[in-house]
Amino acid sequence: MKYTILVYENTADFGARTDAKRKDAYWGAYRAYTKALTDAGVMVGGAGLQPPPLATTVRLRDGKRQVQDGPFAETKEQLGGYYVIEVPDLDQALDWAARCPSASNGSVEVRPNLSM
Amino acid sequence: MACLAASWRDVVAAEDALGDALVSALETWPRVGVPDNPDAWLLAAARRQLIDASRHAKVEASAQPVLELLVGQAQHEVVPGTVFPDERLKLLFVCAHPAIDEAARAPLMLQTVLGLDAARIASAFLIAPATMSQRLVRVKAKIRDAGITFEVPGSRELPSRVDTVLDAIYAAFGSGWEDAGADPRRKGLAEEAIWLGRLVVRLLPEEPEALGLLALMLHCEARHDARRDTTGRYVPLDQQDVTRWSSAMIAEAEEVLATAASAGKPGRFQLEAAIQSAHARRARTGHTDWEAIALLYEGLLLCAATTGARVGQAAALAQARGAEAGLTALDAIPPDSVATYQPYWALKAHLLKRLGRADDAEQAYARAIGLAEDSAVREFLSRESAG
Repeated sequence: MKYTILVYENTADFGARTDAKRKDAYWGAYRAYTKALTDAGVMVGGAGLQPPPLATTVRLRDGKRQVQDGPFAETKEQLGGYYVIEVPDLDQALDWAARCPSASNGSVEVRPNLSM
Repeated sequence: MACLAASWRDVVAAEDALGDALVSALETWPRVGVPDNPDAWLLAAARRQLIDASRHAKVEASAQPVLELLVGQAQHEVVPGTVFPDERLKLLFVCAHPAIDEAARAPLMLQTVLGLDAARIASAFLIAPATMSQRLVRVKAKIRDAGITFEVPGSRELPSRVDTVLDAIYAAFGSGWEDAGADPRRKGLAEEAIWLGRLVVRLLPEEPEALGLLALMLHCEARHDARRDTTGRYVPLDQQDVTRWSSAMIAEAEEVLATAASAGKPGRFQLEAAIQSAHARRARTGHTDWEAIALLYEGLLLCAATTGARVGQAAALAQARGAEAGLTALDAIPPDSVATYQPYWALKAHLLKRLGRADDAEQAYARAIGLAEDSAVREFLSRESAG
């Protein structure tokens, strides 16, 4: 079954991406995690996302366009990226989610993909 | 709970009845005072609930004499000071019955014997809470519908049945010390597992493997505080500050293991405890006898050839006879079984680095870091990889 691992990061983790002292650890951990998914043959795809200030949200209300700077909702943790994996069941998807570096500080959500 | 379930053979009904009895205690006791023997009061009330419930369910006539017997017992047991039999051993055997899905045994034990709630158990085993609840409901229905007996197995069956009970307790304890840095406390159930281990030892004092498991868990738990330094960094076993080990727990573990050994029937848990005992000796002698540990692993592999034991043996061989010997032992493990086994990759990376194979080491470190769940372990491996 395909599952999507949604990675929610806090401000400090988004900051770690470019912080001189912390960026090597941050990217090293994500490179290693991505490699482990690939080596285990469960990786389907995914992407890392630029931080929330670069988001633009679009809504159509009563036929009118509403465009807003920033993410759709202001929350402490924001979507930082996602992985799509193929594993036999939810238990194994959770095993992989727990290994995601952001599980230690942020939150990692696992959802089964719709089959279309 | 164990008493009710053992006489009623239905865990779900027993839980419901006990819940109702507790509610009626909360209503009654503040008015009339707490009875002299509250346990017996609750048991009697719960039994009345069970009897009422099954009457409503129109039990077959054949069950009637049993009901009357139980009513008699219930009335008898409200006498102050009555001690009722400890039925928890039967309940442990039911929870770890071979007919029950192996993955459900430890959770079932934690819920029925210790009363932990499903959400907490689900977190410990990294299972979705809804899934865990469903599994527990399903196995309890199976216990009732398949007629799994609430009995202590006969002597012929006993050894293998005891093994399944011990395996389930060990599963609750955690994946063990060899999981490079796995902190059993992270799962939050180390203490509960030790409690269950003590219970089994008390109920089956003649069983050396039960003693072995208790000794093993005590040895691992004794090192809990030493697994992190004062700044929260992960510290591997051979670098731990022995003054931060719990000497009281180690002393108890040694005593328990000695009692087990006096039976002259070695087994998997006794050998694992002996390996931990050899590590613990460093607190007294200042060094680790890796040859002895490698030899104990050889014995362990004869009775339980798990991936964890094979990786542990490779680590001991690397220390005793050099990195090359350790790597040879690692390479002999079937690749399929280690694809996602983190300790294998951590050890492999470490040995490759010692042999000066920098590129191979870097690849293995990346794999170990990617499979790590604990951020302190991840950071430790990053430092090792860079340094």
